Amino acid sequence: MSNIPMEAGLLLAGILFMLGMVSVMIRRNIIFMLISVEIMLNAAGLAFIVAGSHWAQPDGQIMFIFILTMAAAEVSVGLALILQIYHQLKTLDSDAANFMKG
Amino acid sequence: METTFYIAGAVAVIATILVIMSYNLIHALLYLVVSFLAVAVVFFTLGATFMAALEVIIYAGAIVVLIIFVIMMLNLTYEDVQQERSWMKPSVWIGPSILSFVLLAELVYMVVATEAPQTTGAAIDAKAVGLALYGPYMLGVQLCGILLMAGIVGAYHLGRQKKKVVHRFLERSAAS
Repeated sequence: MSNIPMEAGLLLAGILFMLGMVSVMIRRNIIFMLISVEIMLNAAGLAFIVAGSHWAQPDGQIMFIFILTMAAAEVSVGLALILQIYHQLKTLDSDAANFMKG
Repeated sequence: METTFYIAGAVAVIATILVIMSYNLIHALLYLVVSFLAVAVVFFTLGATFMAALEVIIYAGAIVVLIIFVIMMLNLTYEDVQQERSWMKPSVWIGPSILSFVLLAELVYMVVATEAPQTTGAAIDAKAVGLALYGPYMLGVQLCGILLMAGIVGAYHLGRQKKKVVHRFLERSAAS
């Protein structure tokens, strides 16, 4: 079915992961950082799918399911934390939350 | 199939670049949906059809809608977009971009330089995935269930607003 070279899929995953990593580093808005983490998790899942398709084993897809579950749990907890930060600090700036007040 | 893969990959990369370059959160999320759908097309061309469906349903459906709901609760205005624009100066993004690009160049070199063993990738249907998921990976499935339960409890506990309890003699002074 797929005559796609494995290098192309891995490079696509690498480029997407790099873009997410750049976005995590350059953004100050905390929701944008969460979105970028989602991009990076998706790229990691893409690498697993490419490898699983290359060796014709279902293990890559199973790892993708686990990554999907982890991303869903992570985004729900992260959004709850963002809501708490916004109610306490009245801003989405991640630099405003770098001091502990006890 | 090969052309479809390359076109979908290009769409995914362009949509992701637009996500990290846009100032408005809702616009970024809409580009993110496009990116996830393009990655789902990539999964389809790689023969992972069930994962393509899961990508559309969970990533592009559930997670993005969850983030949109939270953005609606935050009540953001046009000033936030302006502030986001003022945060994105070239002095901020040029250093991390160069460093990450160097790392990406190294990754490209390593992937291209190493000889991968040539095997023909065949399509893996949902039946094989299900048999492996409930066979050797049974423990992982149960751990995923525990993780989701912890996620639900944690989100409820963190997202709860604490009610201020004030004695009725103090209510007037607290209100004023």
